[in-house]
Amino acid sequence: MAVLNVNLTRIESINMKKSLKTAQKGHKLLKDKLDELIKKLLDLVRENQELRRKTDEMLKNAYQNFMLAKAVIGEEYVEEALIIPRNSVSIEIDEINIMSVKIPKFHFQENKQTDNKALYGFAYTTSELDRAIESFSEVSKSLLELAQNEKAIELISAEIEKTRRRVNAIENVTIPNYIDTIKYIQLKLSEDERASTSRLMKIKEMLVEE
Amino acid sequence: MYKIAVIGDKESIFGFSAIGMDIYPAYEEEDVKKIIPKLIEENYAIIYVTENVSMKAKKYMEKLQTNKIPAIVTIPSNTGSLQYGEKRIKDMVQKAVGIEINFKESNS
Repeated sequence: MAVLNVNLTRIESINMKKSLKTAQKGHKLLKDKLDELIKKLLDLVRENQELRRKTDEMLKNAYQNFMLAKAVIGEEYVEEALIIPRNSVSIEIDEINIMSVKIPKFHFQENKQTDNKALYGFAYTTSELDRAIESFSEVSKSLLELAQNEKAIELISAEIEKTRRRVNAIENVTIPNYIDTIKYIQLKLSEDERASTSRLMKIKEMLVEE
Repeated sequence: MYKIAVIGDKESIFGFSAIGMDIYPAYEEEDVKKIIPKLIEENYAIIYVTENVSMKAKKYMEKLQTNKIPAIVTIPSNTGSLQYGEKRIKDMVQKAVGIEINFKESNS
């Protein structure tokens, strides 16, 4: 029995009861939050799985095409052709709020420098290189989604751990402490009452004897 | 304005430079430890790391997991997928929820 260090008075007991009610309310809220977070996490994981498979497949394809291009026209030519990047990509970040967990949302921005699809000469390159680059740009969108999804999973699972710890602390420490303390105060108060009654009786007895 | 980087062995990541991502060759944990702090300073929001490198620098990357930015994502290298990306998510979920989630079952 863990009793908090408080004054053993009636007013303290009333305050304790109020705190206990608040703690119980908070506990219920946190538990609801935890349930919702887990639900969200499972949805995200399911989505992640789908995305992963798709991305892996596409990446494999892109790597293969790239290897093929290298094999056909030679590594030096490929490197030379790609030395000037065609487009630069950048990202804008928004925030979305899931159960007060702030999750970044990425927006892809392609800064097209030229409408030309390729920025390399056609003399030494073949269609294999074009195809390889195309498959890489196809994969970039799902890679972006994957990044967003994984970040959301990371943040939400961290939040779940934190919330779970809080729920446990309230459930197993705070609430029992309050209950024990309230009980202890009540016992102490009724003990005092009994003491004063018996004292009065004793005094009365003494007065009657006189 | 944020940027995208790709870390990994040169063979695998070279193709990404063609679509405008910045590539940083790395092979060992030390390389990753050197590159990533620099990337964070330079406003990179997404960092893709190939599986073989990511496995080596596992401890270091776990520390960055709870930061909002950058998102560090594991991708397969050109030698084929080792399923490390899936495993990482699976471990994370298990740690958070307390139970292992069977991916195949949840799909059907």
